[in-house]
Amino acid sequence: MSTDVTDATFDDTVLKSDKPVLVDFWAPWCGPCRMVSPIVDQIADENADKLTVVKVNTDENLETASKYGITSIPALYVFKDGEVAKTIIGARPKPALEDELKDFI
Amino acid sequence: MTDTQLVIIGSGPAGYTAAIYAARANLSPVVIAGSVTAGGELMNTTDVENYPGFPAGIQGPELMENMREQAERFGAQVIYDDVETLKLHPGAHQIETALGSRYTAKAVILATGSAYRELGLPNEKKLSGHGVSWCATCDGFFFRDQHIAVVGGGDSALEEATFLTRFASKVTLIHRRQELRASQAMQDRAKADDKLEYMLDTEVEAIHGEDALTGITVRNTVTGETSELPVTGLFVAIGSDPRTSLFAEQLPLRPDGYLEVEGRSSKTAVEGVFAAGDVIDSVYRQAITAAGSGCAAALDAENYLADLEASDVLEAEGDHEAAVEVMNA
Repeated sequence: MSTDVTDATFDDTVLKSDKPVLVDFWAPWCGPCRMVSPIVDQIADENADKLTVVKVNTDENLETASKYGITSIPALYVFKDGEVAKTIIGARPKPALEDELKDFI
Repeated sequence: MTDTQLVIIGSGPAGYTAAIYAARANLSPVVIAGSVTAGGELMNTTDVENYPGFPAGIQGPELMENMREQAERFGAQVIYDDVETLKLHPGAHQIETALGSRYTAKAVILATGSAYRELGLPNEKKLSGHGVSWCATCDGFFFRDQHIAVVGGGDSALEEATFLTRFASKVTLIHRRQELRASQAMQDRAKADDKLEYMLDTEVEAIHGEDALTGITVRNTVTGETSELPVTGLFVAIGSDPRTSLFAEQLPLRPDGYLEVEGRSSKTAVEGVFAAGDVIDSVYRQAITAAGSGCAAALDAENYLADLEASDVLEAEGDHEAAVEVMNA
């Protein structure tokens, strides 16, 4: 499963993680975010040994969202050693997401 | 491999209405709803005020959720997956999904809808998600107190523009003609919005920015004069094209790219294949007309399947001529 991360916990959970972290930036009003969320959860469950998966509610955590220039959601960012290593904007089917994430899973 | 009577591809108002009718006719339809597109275009809208039966309006996602529930209540099976290949063989159409499920269907209803049109400008793809967007309800929030441009002159463009004035400091609507295509009600609402200004007879000529949108160049279509607009958000609402790639080589399309159906029916050129919604409708393109055409497709499919069954019975009894007659009636 994925965990929720906030502006307050983002640095410790994401930037200081030993493992790559997939961050799902979403908001409650975003239809495509709701569709992609269960797919992200499945990817989290199937790759728990390689990848940490977290979700950031951009509505409540605008500071983190604006720090990373999020202007379109769903946005999936992979952080590795505190740096953005991959960005995927927009909802994709599971096989397409797995393909985009192949370097990390 | 799962053998079915009816597979419905798509889950907008057309797909779900077809599913409601087909399920109530005991056809146990399988709806392949799309893994991230289920519910269709209305999932990206907020208030739907013109769908009959909701005097106070209803949120797009809620309306689609209701339709899905209604279809499931009568036994429709909704699958959140995408059709990868469709092979049309009368009697046993074959469908394979991205996740590897395989179905055969005696009848298929194509309700694949339409996809947003792009401007086709350099930088548009690169800056998509970095200032260029097709979904005001998803992304408008991130443009608080910024200057946004909306391109288009139809209902969706005006709806996006008036929605975006909630967040933006200013919204400029850019339309290549002098007249807007949007309904009068939409235009009146837009006119009352003092954060909204218009650039008519104007086209977007270039999109600027490296990592994020910094501005656009616009050109007046009458005088040819160009000018710069320093917007940080660009919302594209210039219409949509029918989504036909799945079957474009197996079914005749009309010259305008829409899937061809016979007269006022939902019948395509291949036996047992029906179509509904935006993929066949270049004119009305409303949730309610899509729903109506989904109903028509389900009724056509139901009739077809009943004839097919009757002809199978006659074939089994050895009466080939009568069987053929039933199907040709």
